[in-house]
Amino acid sequence: MAKRRVMFTFPPDLIKEPIIYNLGHKFKVVTNIRRADVSESKGWVVLELEGEDKEIDKGVAWVAGKGVRVDPIVGDIMEG
Amino acid sequence: MSYARALQCRKCGREYPLEPLSLCDFCFSPLEVVYDYKAISEGSIKEKISNGPPSMWRYRDLLPVDGDVVDLGSGFTPLVKANNLGRELGLDELYIKNDCLNPTYSFKDRVVAVAITKAREFGFSTVACASTGNLAASVAAHAAKAGLAAYVFIPYDIEQGKMIGIAIYNPTLVAVQGSYDDVNRLCGRLVGKYNWGFININLRPYYAEGSKTLAYEIAEQLGWRAPDCVVAPAASGLLFTRIWKGLEELSMLRLIGPVNTHMYVAQAAGSSPIVNAFEAGALHVHPVKPNTIAKSIAIGNPADGYYALKAARSSGGAACAVSDDEVIEGMKLLAQTEGIFTETAGGVVIGVLKKLAASGSIKKGNLTIAVITAAGLKTQEAVADVVRPFVIQPTVESFEEVLGERARA
Repeated sequence: MAKRRVMFTFPPDLIKEPIIYNLGHKFKVVTNIRRADVSESKGWVVLELEGEDKEIDKGVAWVAGKGVRVDPIVGDIMEG
Repeated sequence: MSYARALQCRKCGREYPLEPLSLCDFCFSPLEVVYDYKAISEGSIKEKISNGPPSMWRYRDLLPVDGDVVDLGSGFTPLVKANNLGRELGLDELYIKNDCLNPTYSFKDRVVAVAITKAREFGFSTVACASTGNLAASVAAHAAKAGLAAYVFIPYDIEQGKMIGIAIYNPTLVAVQGSYDDVNRLCGRLVGKYNWGFININLRPYYAEGSKTLAYEIAEQLGWRAPDCVVAPAASGLLFTRIWKGLEELSMLRLIGPVNTHMYVAQAAGSSPIVNAFEAGALHVHPVKPNTIAKSIAIGNPADGYYALKAARSSGGAACAVSDDEVIEGMKLLAQTEGIFTETAGGVVIGVLKKLAASGSIKKGNLTIAVITAAGLKTQEAVADVVRPFVIQPTVESFEEVLGERARA
């Protein structure tokens, strides 16, 4: 089992969708929220995903495909 | 022995041992090094600094290093009074902190020197980083000096000139065929799989501390005082927040008086998540997709963005962005008034300084520091249009025909 820490950033049109709930239902991934800030216009959630590596990959790709930005929680690793 | 006491979560305050860790296990917030300031203040710190080497290591009591350091001679760069530029902008007390003059020509040498020293202390035999230029060159150079293996990840399409500036130190240079975000994701995965000292991931709390030396130097070079205003570029926001931390530490140790410095974030409009949040009055920084010529500070999801925003606000400063055209103008203005050739990030700083002076945010008599973080040789292509030579034949007649009037004027 692998663990991956990620940050989801939601655009306004996806705020009302239960994306994290569906991620846990459609894929064998356990979601564990640690920090979040969600308003009417925008929102971000920092969470840990636990599951098989491939399953996390599929789940993250599905979330990104819905229009949610997925980032490493350490921020951008690439620097100037 | 160092005075570093522990790693502490910047959000919830939980403490961790001084190990290669960067995130709090509970809230996933960043960790930072905390020190035994009481013990530091009991030693004769000012005297130790004055008698120290003319490099960043004169401040080693305020850095988290224990034994021998990896030293390329970084830091203690010139603080130059910029009278010509000041006249141009209407500022009487303007200084340039010229960090172009570091061993690999950027301020990254300060942070990497500490990170590589710690990597060696922790027993890593390999270090790694992902970078489009400055960080990569500095990591490769310091790894060469320390005798460590280095993996350097770069986007496959960066300029040939930059690749040479990295490859000369002979790291394992990995060109990733993918977007900026793809490289981020890949490196995020690799850090969990390999036992590497990843410079800005598991070594980040130590790496960050190196930036403070820039603030220490500014204060010492001003005769132990804090400036009124600092204009510094923000990419991940790390340098910006550590300049602030450095000044506060000096004040706490009574090396300078109370800090009333206004901190100004400078970003390029094509990658300005911190400025966006400042202007919107938001508490958090939302990621953006970078699109600017100032590539060395084009970070869409800044790790220390929240804290940089906080420092700008709580210091009574601001955050301001300039267009790519203003960046180029800034580079030319600095070169043509002060003889300092900066890369695009420095152009951002000068462009923002110009705006802040024009709007009256920074006043004529304010003792102001513009932080120039890297040399122009790194981004020569941005100002290639300055090359317009007068072409003549090798005769006096030809010279006078083309330039006679100008030469006699």
